[in-house]
Amino acid sequence: MMKKILAKAYIGILLVLLYAPLVFIAVFSFTESKVLGNWKGFSTRLYRNLLTGDMQGNSSLLTAVENTLLIAVVAALFATILGTVAAIGIHNMTGRKRQAISFLNNIPMINPDIITGVSLFLLFVFLHISQGYVTVILAHITFCTPYVVLSVMPKLRQMNPNIYEAALDLGATPGQALRKVMIPQLRPGMVSGFILAFTMSLDDFAVTFFTRGTIGLDTLSTYIYTDARKGGLTPELRPLMTLIFLIILILLLVINLRQDRLQKKAEKI
Amino acid sequence: MKAVKRSAWALPYAIFLIFFVVLPLVLVAVYSFQDGSGRFTFSNIAKFFTDKDTLSTFAVSMEVAIENTLLCILLGYPAAWILSNRKLNRSAVTIVLFILPMWINALMRTLATAELFNMLGITLGKGTLLFGMVYDYLPFMIYPIYNVLEKMDKSYGEAAADLGATPWRVFWKVTVPLSMPGVASGVLMVFMPTVSTFAISEFLTNNKIKLFGTIIQENINSSMWNYGAALALVMLVIIGLTTLLQGKGDEELEGGVI
Repeated sequence: MMKKILAKAYIGILLVLLYAPLVFIAVFSFTESKVLGNWKGFSTRLYRNLLTGDMQGNSSLLTAVENTLLIAVVAALFATILGTVAAIGIHNMTGRKRQAISFLNNIPMINPDIITGVSLFLLFVFLHISQGYVTVILAHITFCTPYVVLSVMPKLRQMNPNIYEAALDLGATPGQALRKVMIPQLRPGMVSGFILAFTMSLDDFAVTFFTRGTIGLDTLSTYIYTDARKGGLTPELRPLMTLIFLIILILLLVINLRQDRLQKKAEKI
Repeated sequence: MKAVKRSAWALPYAIFLIFFVVLPLVLVAVYSFQDGSGRFTFSNIAKFFTDKDTLSTFAVSMEVAIENTLLCILLGYPAAWILSNRKLNRSAVTIVLFILPMWINALMRTLATAELFNMLGITLGKGTLLFGMVYDYLPFMIYPIYNVLEKMDKSYGEAAADLGATPWRVFWKVTVPLSMPGVASGVLMVFMPTVSTFAISEFLTNNKIKLFGTIIQENINSSMWNYGAALALVMLVIIGLTTLLQGKGDEELEGGVI
């Protein structure tokens, strides 16, 4: 009993510390002051500014949000396709070749962001490719795809290889067999790979920073960085972060509470 | 015939990897050994070993990274152990709560942490830097350890207990050794990223403490590509050595990352 209380208390303290800055942002999203930490009475004006897009010269924040989402969707989509096809190939490989490609696949995951960013920056400089949306998306595909490969591989291992062969024997074209037999079985792995890639892309700062060039392309991360260096964050970032946090909190709670309930039901049976 | 054909599906990705992973890393090495006009030189590497500022930044980065990693293990291991223990925690929601903050922009969280310190009247410096780093990286330590502990066969511990080991002894002789792979991947996810952070260290110390990542960024941004590349190469060598030591290099692809 004592052990249980101690354990609960320890987890509780860690969570309070972990969430303190987030609660801090959320509380100060309900006041108008320019600076975080300065309470000037309750107000929902920052929320109204954000939602109507009327932000005295800070409208580039919304562009940055759009860019972030656009880049994340495109990069995650390409990474999912590239990674799934690659996983099928790797699954059917053996020996040296398989080891080599597994090793290369690990590199972007082990490399810190700054190395990925700097090395790709040098690549684009070396090839005289002007940097912008395309280079950022290519860079994001580079560090996202390994996670897709790792998400799809276990599903391939669980799959019965004969089913695909059976479809071919029964007269399906390889394309049909892929679409109707393979993809449905790989879908859970592809979905979790996509989600992983999407969130990695959303959260990235260093790689975007080095590959965005000088055309003034901003994602949320680079926007916040530039803003903070200029001194003083755009106040509307506070309601924006609070809203993002709430959306993710609700999504995760719904998914996991449902899983919890299913699990408990299964335990009863 | 068919098997050959399907392994060829990895070809596009293999080409992609060579172009966007291998070639860029080769370029890091090439630029490191060139001067501004493209002639071969050792001066960039030599500069790293002789420049006092760079070396002291490097030493500080290593120190902060080691301290951060140790603190993360110290705080994260008990948390992972409690979370994986069915008697103490029956809900998957608690582990989700630990991962959730990672979805909020890291820079924004860091800035909020710094402001929180300001409001509480705590001067920004080494202490706040470490606190902020632990805050940013703790979930990366908890999650892999939790994963290993969760999947661990509980009967080993039970067997040890049946044979007369005290709970404390079971923990140190059975649980801890079996969970080492989790700790190792946690270290991998905390140590090098800490050395290479930029922005975070500046925000948390009011520009008082620079980490290695910051000087790489400064050099690249001020068009000192060759020296920047040399510094990146130094990091790459360290990463290569640590992964070799862990034997991660030739490990098979495994699922279950997050």
